[in-house]
Amino acid sequence: MQQTSEQALTAALHRAMAADERVIFIGEGVATKNPELLAAFGAERVRNTPLAEASIVGCAVGAAAMGLRPVVDLLFSPFLMLAMDALVNSAGKLGPLSGGQFEFPLVLLARTGAGWAIGGQHNHNLEAMFVHTPGLQVLMPSTPADTAGLLAGALAQPRPTLLFSDIGLAHDTGDVQGDELLLPGRAAVRRRGDAVTLVGYGKTVNHCLAAAQALQADGLGAEVIDLRSLKPLDTATVLASVRKTGRLLCVTEASGLCGLAAELCAVVAEQAFAPLKAAPQRLTGPDAPALASWPLEQAAVPQPEQIAARVRALMNTQP
Amino acid sequence: VKAAAMTSSDALARLDAMLLIRAYEEQLAATTSARQPGTCTSVGQEACAVGVVGALGANDRMLTNHRSAGHLLARGADPERLFAEVLGRATGYCGGHAGSLHISARELGVVLTSTIVGGGLSLAPGVALAQKRGAQPEGITAVFFGDGAACQGIFHEAVNLAVTWRLPLLFVCENNQWQAYVHRRETMPGEHVADWVQGHGLAAEVVDGNDAEAVHAAATHTVAALRADGRPRLLELTTYRQRGHFEPDDQAYVCATEHAQWLARDPIQRQAQRLRLPADELAGRRDAAGRRIAQAYTAALAAPWPQQA
Repeated sequence: MQQTSEQALTAALHRAMAADERVIFIGEGVATKNPELLAAFGAERVRNTPLAEASIVGCAVGAAAMGLRPVVDLLFSPFLMLAMDALVNSAGKLGPLSGGQFEFPLVLLARTGAGWAIGGQHNHNLEAMFVHTPGLQVLMPSTPADTAGLLAGALAQPRPTLLFSDIGLAHDTGDVQGDELLLPGRAAVRRRGDAVTLVGYGKTVNHCLAAAQALQADGLGAEVIDLRSLKPLDTATVLASVRKTGRLLCVTEASGLCGLAAELCAVVAEQAFAPLKAAPQRLTGPDAPALASWPLEQAAVPQPEQIAARVRALMNTQP
Repeated sequence: VKAAAMTSSDALARLDAMLLIRAYEEQLAATTSARQPGTCTSVGQEACAVGVVGALGANDRMLTNHRSAGHLLARGADPERLFAEVLGRATGYCGGHAGSLHISARELGVVLTSTIVGGGLSLAPGVALAQKRGAQPEGITAVFFGDGAACQGIFHEAVNLAVTWRLPLLFVCENNQWQAYVHRRETMPGEHVADWVQGHGLAAEVVDGNDAEAVHAAATHTVAALRADGRPRLLELTTYRQRGHFEPDDQAYVCATEHAQWLARDPIQRQAQRLRLPADELAGRRDAAGRRIAQAYTAALAAPWPQQA
């Protein structure tokens, strides 16, 4: 069946709540906006909250440690900044610091990325901040099926998980079976090729695929990897691809400094230096807040033409 | 007569519990060194821990904070395992991973200790929610915090959520006059946190936190009321942090007059006076607590370090 990511996510949550009564859904307006979940599972398990992220996430972290499996809709990723203590200092640390007495099986949902022209306090690709934080899982799928699968996979593993949705992909539909289960930590090879490895996540996967299409006209076969899971990070799939192609271009909407693209370039330089035919490359968003105007917002995202141009330059580079 | 005798033996048990906490804290304060990280002691606040924790049941949960030893010992924690935790040994309650600042003991119902001021306040509503939905719906949650944490925004968020969602949560504010190195007068209006929560619709009571019997009586009726209607409550215990924020601390910043006034209201002395305990009997009980603590500390020092992962 064809569904948007949001529809696939809601359906996956419905299945999870039906299968496991420990799963509760809380957040700003989740009961208001999901009458079918409210009707199916009641107001005790589908709860509207105050607009107060620190206590929403704190409550979820405390409840998770005591045996519930909260799914929290935090709406937009910048709102996570208000919940950092509960998420980073408690959920991320109190498992190991307590000598393993507590686990935190909770999932936080947040939207981010260009596509709705809502500006930098609702759109901020800050995934890497949480990748750098001990104890958290960080996921950002690019398809409706993966969104459903990763929600089920995150609920199957007792770890605090951030599941980001790309606003720019919100209107795209995709084929969803309705029984997806995808454990975090596995990238997907979306396109095979032997000339260059393109790595992205969220909307930049589609931009890489579009660039690969254009490069095919030049006779260049680009392999495209969709990370899906940023932590745990599937470096094996990236390394295997780069060992074949000898060239790497990482493409993120997030800014470059200390980001996922930098990490993958470092991993490839450390572990697959010999096969490299050129230095690993990054193409990223700017170190600046997202601006609201549509063309300015789009200009901050690596576009297919830029990706193709970087690949052509990369093909002419000698090591 | 029978009731009075009962009260007297309970009061004596509370005195012993306070003596044990005092001896534990003084042991750590006396032996602070590079290999034994400094601690935040609860000296002077023993009546708060003993009075409230003694009013909780086995199915209740509690969240403590960086000043946790009193709460843990009052709950029945083994001093040797507490020392081992502070000393970073494998036999500690958290395998030596928590140190002195984040000690939790799930087996005792002491959960999710955060050393971030107000950290426990963020987690406590979720613990209470899980209890309400879980296997022991009659259980309540008590969260201990100070006047410093009450100045965090999360205090008001947690109170709002607990009242709105009718969570079985007891807020226990130990108003100990000091917020790290700053006196409460510099950081908050008025004398009492309890005044702030009236607008939230949270029932609150201010109690003399240096009177173990008063604290225990208030906690007992508050817990009973909470258990009966499932609505949260706040107990504010007026007390005083006799030692520094973090050992070692010369307390050069403390007002000597105020300090002396509070030492004269020491909770252990007051309990001994209430019980009309002869000086030699008090000394004997103090020595017994000291011996138990010294043995526990020696044993903890001999415990193995944790293995590296």
